[in-house]
Amino acid sequence: MGYGMMPMLLAADGDVDFSIHHLLGYEFMGTTVYLTTSHVCMLIIIATIMIFALVARKKFANAQEVPTGLQNVIEFVVEVLESFVSSAMGKHGKKYMYYVGTLFIFVLFSNISGLFGLRPPTADFGTTFCLAMITWFMIQYNNVKYNKLGVITGLFQPLPFLFPINLIGEIATPISMSLRLFGNIMAGTVMLSLWYGLMPFLAKIGIPAFLHAYLDLFSGAIQAYVFAMLTMVFVTDKIGDN
Amino acid sequence: MEQITNEGLILACSAVGAGLAMIAGIGPGVGQGYAAGQGAAAVGRNPGAKGDIMSTMLLGQAVAETTGLYGLVIALLLMYANPMLSKFLSL
Repeated sequence: MGYGMMPMLLAADGDVDFSIHHLLGYEFMGTTVYLTTSHVCMLIIIATIMIFALVARKKFANAQEVPTGLQNVIEFVVEVLESFVSSAMGKHGKKYMYYVGTLFIFVLFSNISGLFGLRPPTADFGTTFCLAMITWFMIQYNNVKYNKLGVITGLFQPLPFLFPINLIGEIATPISMSLRLFGNIMAGTVMLSLWYGLMPFLAKIGIPAFLHAYLDLFSGAIQAYVFAMLTMVFVTDKIGDN
Repeated sequence: MEQITNEGLILACSAVGAGLAMIAGIGPGVGQGYAAGQGAAAVGRNPGAKGDIMSTMLLGQAVAETTGLYGLVIALLLMYANPMLSKFLSL
């Protein structure tokens, strides 16, 4: 699903709009690449997280023994992420907490950004596939690091003729992970834009709040949790008992 | 029958195909419901392990959901980014 295909979405109906828009095209190595709504929304989300991080850093420069206000919130977030990672990864949790925590916060903010009128960057297959590929390289790195030659022999387990299926199973991981996140968030985006585009004016008051609560907040939070959880499960699976 | 253009036929069949693709939603519905029911039974037997049961259940449900989402992606492709239109009509 390249960028070229998306703009012809629903060309007949101007009211319903959930496509990725091209804002600025420029030449890069012979092809025209575009700055899209996904990039802009992602930059807004990154800026939000960065500002929060900088405020938190400033706050912790003179941290109190007994936390109050914002310090409470920050400590709560860190503690929740820490227990989340260590419950799934055990003793390896310390090493992966920073990546998984960052991933979780970014995906969560991306998913719920539909609530603030942005087009969620995770409703773009480009974003989710990149995130899944990072996870996949992490999985394979740990596979090679801990299993050494078992990477090759493991593909022939339990029976040699299962090799093609095992190989497909390895390669399918990033595709299924990225499509899961993309599909869920895209479905929410499509549903909400259909509602906003096609319903009469009165139906747009009040009722979308429930749709936003389910499709953006609930579904988004669950999917962010699942994405981070699957990352940890796959990595821990490759590390094994080492 | 003469009034049906090639483009119209492709669009109509794509719409039907998108609808058929969403039949894939049955599987995840049954699977997720079963997982949720088993999760509820497990919490009933052992309320102390609620957190573990919840996380395991959500993970299983998310994996069960994948096949349905493949159907959704196919439907979205057929509806909004139809590869056949551009291939046969060189739009």
